[in-house]
Amino acid sequence: MQLLRVESGKWVRIVGIGGGKGLEYKLRQLGLLPGDCTRVLRQAPLGGPLLVEVGGRTIAVGRRIAEQIEVEDVECVSL
Amino acid sequence: MRFALIGQPNCGKSTLFNQVAGYKAETGNFSGTTVTFIESKVRVAGEIIELVDLPGTYTLAGTNPAERETLRYLASHQVDVIINVVDATHLTQGLGLTLELVELQRPLVIALNMLDDASRLGMKIDLEKLGTIFSAPVLPLVASKGRGVRNLFISALQMGKSHKIPIRPRYSLDVEEAVQSLVSIVVSLNGKDASLAPELVAIKLLEGDETLPTSLDQGSTQLAALLSTIQQKLEDGRGQRSEWVISSERHGMAANLARQVMEQGERRVNWRDRLDDVLLHPLWGYLFLIAILLLFFETIYGLGSALEAPLLRFFSILELQLVQFVGSGSLVSEVLTGILQGIAGGVAIVLPYLLPFLLGLGFLEDVGYLPRVAFLMDALMHRMGLHGKAVVPFILGYGCNVPAVMSTRMLEERRDRFLAAALATLVPCAARLAVVFGLVAFYLGPRLALGIYLFNLFIIALTGRIISRLLPEDSPGLILEIPVYRLPTLKNITYKAWFRAREFIVEAWPILVMGSVVLALLNYFRISLFFNILIRPVTWSLGLPEQVGVPLFFGILRKELSLIMLRQALGASDFSTVLTPVQMMTFTVFVVFYVPCLATLAVLKRELGWRDMLSIASLTVLIALLAALVARVIGLLVTSV
Repeated sequence: MQLLRVESGKWVRIVGIGGGKGLEYKLRQLGLLPGDCTRVLRQAPLGGPLLVEVGGRTIAVGRRIAEQIEVEDVECVSL
Repeated sequence: MRFALIGQPNCGKSTLFNQVAGYKAETGNFSGTTVTFIESKVRVAGEIIELVDLPGTYTLAGTNPAERETLRYLASHQVDVIINVVDATHLTQGLGLTLELVELQRPLVIALNMLDDASRLGMKIDLEKLGTIFSAPVLPLVASKGRGVRNLFISALQMGKSHKIPIRPRYSLDVEEAVQSLVSIVVSLNGKDASLAPELVAIKLLEGDETLPTSLDQGSTQLAALLSTIQQKLEDGRGQRSEWVISSERHGMAANLARQVMEQGERRVNWRDRLDDVLLHPLWGYLFLIAILLLFFETIYGLGSALEAPLLRFFSILELQLVQFVGSGSLVSEVLTGILQGIAGGVAIVLPYLLPFLLGLGFLEDVGYLPRVAFLMDALMHRMGLHGKAVVPFILGYGCNVPAVMSTRMLEERRDRFLAAALATLVPCAARLAVVFGLVAFYLGPRLALGIYLFNLFIIALTGRIISRLLPEDSPGLILEIPVYRLPTLKNITYKAWFRAREFIVEAWPILVMGSVVLALLNYFRISLFFNILIRPVTWSLGLPEQVGVPLFFGILRKELSLIMLRQALGASDFSTVLTPVQMMTFTVFVVFYVPCLATLAVLKRELGWRDMLSIASLTVLIALLAALVARVIGLLVTSV
């Protein structure tokens, strides 16, 4: 399931990142790695970005990036 | 001895730097404020230390030019002690970089910053335990309030003298094996005296870092062959790309370390946690954005115009007295009047608007609102071919185009940097703000001044759309950390405003005064006629008086100069007697858009090269002409009704 399709507030686990090496590299830098728990906090209107919580931090990611973040719907507890 | 401040974006490095070095580094509550290194000499316990503030980076192997600066600096400079500033509220993330820094195998001091915020969030961190793990001192710090700064530097000094090397926590066995088998070849290729520790180089090679500032990568086929065998082995064992193996390991280790040293208690929810429900709300968020910007605008206008009018009156009385005293028409009197007008322009027209603007911008920056603007505006920015991160150069551009162009370094793609820099130079900076407010708002009212700002935004959006059609976008979109809100300190905001205003006072003001004198001389010797004829095609097509040519020409030095010289060129202190409202609008619109000032041109050349600088400069002239023509036509239509 794409992170983009996850309803706001629901915790999910990241299983993979598509969209090429460069994007995964960038997301890993910011601390978004496969295995991490994450949730969507809110979405900007008009096709704007998502606000995502990971590791206690808040990160804005564009929708095209959120499409590339593959997540699974499992019980997930963030630190 | 040299200390280097290294940490992740927005961890407070520059705040710490300013605490000890005086206000020299720009700070703001968003990532990427520092894009290049800044050095300063400081005194610690009687010793002179060279302190360097490096751009924030999430990892040593950064992906944009600002982030790469850190590793490049470490490779090329002798650094005796690394002061690793860690945001205590995001310990796991921060320790990821710490783990990389210990790989450098240089004396290290860890400063846990924002401990006050961490305890508000219910975090209890065992500093001593963390210190034992790395065998490096860990010190508490609240940089914004100056707490813990002294102890930190004394500890760093001790580390520099004792040359104590921190312990590098080990990776899993397979990774360590891979590292060790690379180390010997790295040493043989690089020599013993290499500035970067061979283990670090080996680890970075395994991570697939292409930016490593060594001669290794072009060098040996032997190394390349060995590297790919080792990477393959690692990949086979893990079932994961070798590049990711180390970053996953480090991420896991950091999380583990954080669990060992931190206890998470109950967190107290307060205004910071609720504020985004309003300020990032799909509807209220935008209404507040508009309201905040309007309030900002109104405040600048209200304060500025209240000061401008009496100051102008004061200086025109002074000028009258001067002319009475030395007589008019002589060379001496022309030059003296020129000097007085230059001084008057700075005091009466520029500073009244500049100071409130800088204070307001500083507040918005420090509170952490700017990244939220990036979030809100991302969808709109996409229509201009950029993503929300480019909002930062834009907003900085309202202060000064020079830092705005520099901040484009935080964008990954060269195409994005070009587009953002080109558009940022169209943003009316504080110098042009003086023209807009001092001329249009003062004589024609604040609504028309606001109109110019909106018109400017429209033109920027249009230009962005056109350029992005020519240069198709390939960046995937916005990735930006949104920091927590912080209550700015009055001290920091005033220092920051002073730091930026001082730039005007010491650099721009002398130019304004000199410009006025030059104009007086040009007029006296009738050389200005030559310039005016040269620029006549522009002034004629815009319906402006011929004498406006010289001020427009010299405005390239400093944008305020256009307005100051205009008073002299037209020989009137009250513009409403010599210019029609339409002429004022046309003039201002042209000044707002045409060629950025010399300083901006210089920074464009440095960041993007001659070619791009020249194309941006000619683009702005073209846009300025078209925009001013549009303004003139609209003005004529409105006034003829």
